[in-house]
Amino acid sequence: MAVDSGHRDGGCDWDGRWNHVKKFLERPGPFTHPDFEPSTESLQFLLETCKILVIGAGGLGCELLKNLALSGFRLIHVVDMDTIDPSNLNRQFLFRPNDVGRPKADVAADFINSRVPGCKVVPHFKKIQDCDESFYRRKCVLLNKHLIISLLSYEDGVLDPSSIIPLIDGGTEGFKGNARVILPGMTACIDCTLELYPPQINFPMCTIASMPRLPEHCIEYARILQWPKEKPFGGTLDGDNPEHIQWVFERSKERAAEFNITGVTYRLTQGVVKRIIPAVASTNAVIAAACATEVFKIATSAYIPLNNYMVFNDVDGLYTYTFEAERKENCSACSQVPQDLQFPPSAKLQEVLEYLTENASLQMKSPAITTTLEGKNKTLYLQSVKSIEERTRPNLCKTLKELGLSDGQELAVADITTPQTVLFKLNFTA
Amino acid sequence: MSVLCAFRLWGDHGQETLENAHVCLINATATGTEILKNLVLPGIGAFTIVDGHTVTGEDAGNNFFLSKDSIGKNRAQAATEHLQELNSDVSGNFVEEGPDKLLDNDSEFFHRFTIVIGVQLPESTCLRLGSVLWSASVPFLVCKTYGLIGYMRLVVQEHTVIESHPDNALEDLRLDQPYAEFQNHIKSYDLDSMEKKDHSHTPWIIIVAKHLEKWLSEHNGQPPKNYKEKEAFRQLIREGIRKNENGVPEDEENFEEAIKNVNTALNPTKIPSAVEDLFNSEQCKNITAQSPCFWVMLRAVKEFVHNEGNGSLPVRGTIPDMIADSQKFINLQNVYREKAMQDAAAVSKHVESLLQSVGKPAESIPEKDIKLFCKNASFLRVVRCRSLAEEYSVDTVNKDEITSCMDSPDSEMVFYLMLRAVDRFYQQHSRYPGVYNYQVEEDISKLKACVNSLLQEYSLNVNIKDDYIHEFCRYGAAEPHTVSAFLGGSAAQEAIKIISHQFVPFNNTFIYNAMSQTSATLRL
Repeated sequence: MAVDSGHRDGGCDWDGRWNHVKKFLERPGPFTHPDFEPSTESLQFLLETCKILVIGAGGLGCELLKNLALSGFRLIHVVDMDTIDPSNLNRQFLFRPNDVGRPKADVAADFINSRVPGCKVVPHFKKIQDCDESFYRRKCVLLNKHLIISLLSYEDGVLDPSSIIPLIDGGTEGFKGNARVILPGMTACIDCTLELYPPQINFPMCTIASMPRLPEHCIEYARILQWPKEKPFGGTLDGDNPEHIQWVFERSKERAAEFNITGVTYRLTQGVVKRIIPAVASTNAVIAAACATEVFKIATSAYIPLNNYMVFNDVDGLYTYTFEAERKENCSACSQVPQDLQFPPSAKLQEVLEYLTENASLQMKSPAITTTLEGKNKTLYLQSVKSIEERTRPNLCKTLKELGLSDGQELAVADITTPQTVLFKLNFTA
Repeated sequence: MSVLCAFRLWGDHGQETLENAHVCLINATATGTEILKNLVLPGIGAFTIVDGHTVTGEDAGNNFFLSKDSIGKNRAQAATEHLQELNSDVSGNFVEEGPDKLLDNDSEFFHRFTIVIGVQLPESTCLRLGSVLWSASVPFLVCKTYGLIGYMRLVVQEHTVIESHPDNALEDLRLDQPYAEFQNHIKSYDLDSMEKKDHSHTPWIIIVAKHLEKWLSEHNGQPPKNYKEKEAFRQLIREGIRKNENGVPEDEENFEEAIKNVNTALNPTKIPSAVEDLFNSEQCKNITAQSPCFWVMLRAVKEFVHNEGNGSLPVRGTIPDMIADSQKFINLQNVYREKAMQDAAAVSKHVESLLQSVGKPAESIPEKDIKLFCKNASFLRVVRCRSLAEEYSVDTVNKDEITSCMDSPDSEMVFYLMLRAVDRFYQQHSRYPGVYNYQVEEDISKLKACVNSLLQEYSLNVNIKDDYIHEFCRYGAAEPHTVSAFLGGSAAQEAIKIISHQFVPFNNTFIYNAMSQTSATLRL
């Protein structure tokens, strides 16, 4: 018997539906977050207000969507540019054989929405980079798969703390995984701990071209050298096309035979061509579960969130290690160490702006430049607010000297591409 | 169903064991179905859900494999329907009966399963099942989600692992005791007279071997032992780098590789202590017609070690990839491979005579199994868990483990004790504490009494803060989905380890604390 428990959307709920969740929202406890207040309204917040963005609807994404939906979250957006491949089916459990070829985001959203009544997952079949700013500018907890995005908003170059959107990131490989909570501008960002992410192993070209020793070298030879040269089926190599794989397999075997190398199999060929990283459902389940728990804690203040990095490994027994990843002092993404800006005093502000947008390691989109002059904060140029843009536009034609800037002056630059204001130090050249 | 990704982790033979497995899940709660989902997806052969409960509104609220329509139906049946959809190659079955009733009617019901996974079981049922499955030698995995705490207990008498796939395995290069064929191969190289191209593409193993020969002749047959000597050895190798007509050293990456790998190269060949312990165990010493293949093969390897092996295990036969031209690398690789084959053949002979001596045919252990065993000889592991009876008995309770863990303020052991106390509460009151809001306060003192009687019964001189008692009343036996999902992944992987006999399972209690995202493995 379904009893209306007072929700506005009471039609799809039933008696006892949220009992497991409510115990953590409506009861006081000795280990809750200091800000936590038991209330029947917290559940309403989850069901009706809290917006979550999930990036990726693959191995981790499917698990995350399920976990969030069954924890009370309803306003979920999911972004994924991929379509479903047969190799996904053994762990991306929202997809079935007859879904192959369809966009992951669409199928995942459909499945969750139908299995969890009331849940409104909105799919976006596109690249995350193609989503514009307004897509992010909402109060939401972000779930991420190895991508950094800046979502902080600035007013005249100053960070607005209420705009900090927590980022929860999870990654897996085989039997290993990690989950982390990132509060951009406050805790370690992904770049701070980049060395924790091992580099991709690519075989050296000379090995592939003239000195193969392993079956993998032979397969790479067929893939990288022979295929582009012979173009057996016209276009690019498609890892999902059995004919293509068969061709690569046969060439690889020939090459291997030339060098007395054993071990080339069809499966190995497919694995190498498709760059398959071994993946199991169980590791994705564990990491996505940990991530979703953190989302719940942050959204409801039920408990103090993970601070801030957890590693998991179940090769030998089960092992977890939790630690506080520290911010790197000179992190290029989030540290405050000023970067050098070399310009003659006769350079115009326009040139500085162009440098910020065109320089390969900066590639800013629409930087807002501020500085301190005579003890006061001054906006030199800002594009995102029309009135300020109009007011500061004349500055672009003025020289740095005319603007009152001196050698060694610090400029604070805010932009959508960085999680934190970047500081520059003006170094006047002759 | 594509198993492309999984096979890279546990191979075709591992996948086969999964496809031949029949898993039993008792209780299709959220934790149960999450575990099963992670077994159905990689393709176990069959599952059977045993559950006498009817689906409630609460059940449908936290369980992905129950829907609103499932309410009122038998939980085993409803869950089976939804789980079956995940993989059409898996055979899903259900029994609409609880385990106690089943055992009353058929004490051998559970004998047919590869593994039994019991979820959210009350203590009495758990202990009864534990005893039955222990006698039948059926592995038993107990799982429980209680509030923000996850709990797993593995109960298996003896679990052998041939392929443990250790993360940082030492190579088996035999540079300290090169076998005859290896020595001959080394001799075939004359570094000084080689053309530059050959010199730069000689495998680092050969380079180290040559320089080690030189070092031994200059140091009374003693290999480099301490840091200083190893540095000197590296320098010796560096001096071997070809110089051009101006006396400037050429760019020889293979020599750099040799220098970098000196530590690895100088690792003495020796039998790991874990393997020595296995050699000395009863099962290895007394081979009978009932001995599992693992022990017969182990005994054969032991015989090999004392005879043809001259104190060493069979050569593994693999070498890491290294800078070299194809021919030199393949030739070197073959020297190791052939020796490994030889050693495996010698071990096979011992296997044959052992089997003969207990009246079994030589074919009962296939060649390929013996080869796999030899290849993994350094990594063999045997996991023996204590029974639940031993854990729960006052006479054999692991007091030391409990009290020493409780000495650390952050130990997860406190959660184990709270779960035991909560079980006790259930036994006394036929319900869990704090399920309804009005019960939370009044159950605190009742639960505290259970905690005290538990500590007293086992003479555990430990202190449990009131905060934990309060928290466990607050949980009200909730089974939040995210904690269930964490256990779902963890338990499923342990079950796969048991089924495939690959990778090493935990021993024997795992506690997960979702509040702090920490965990611990306890031996109870």
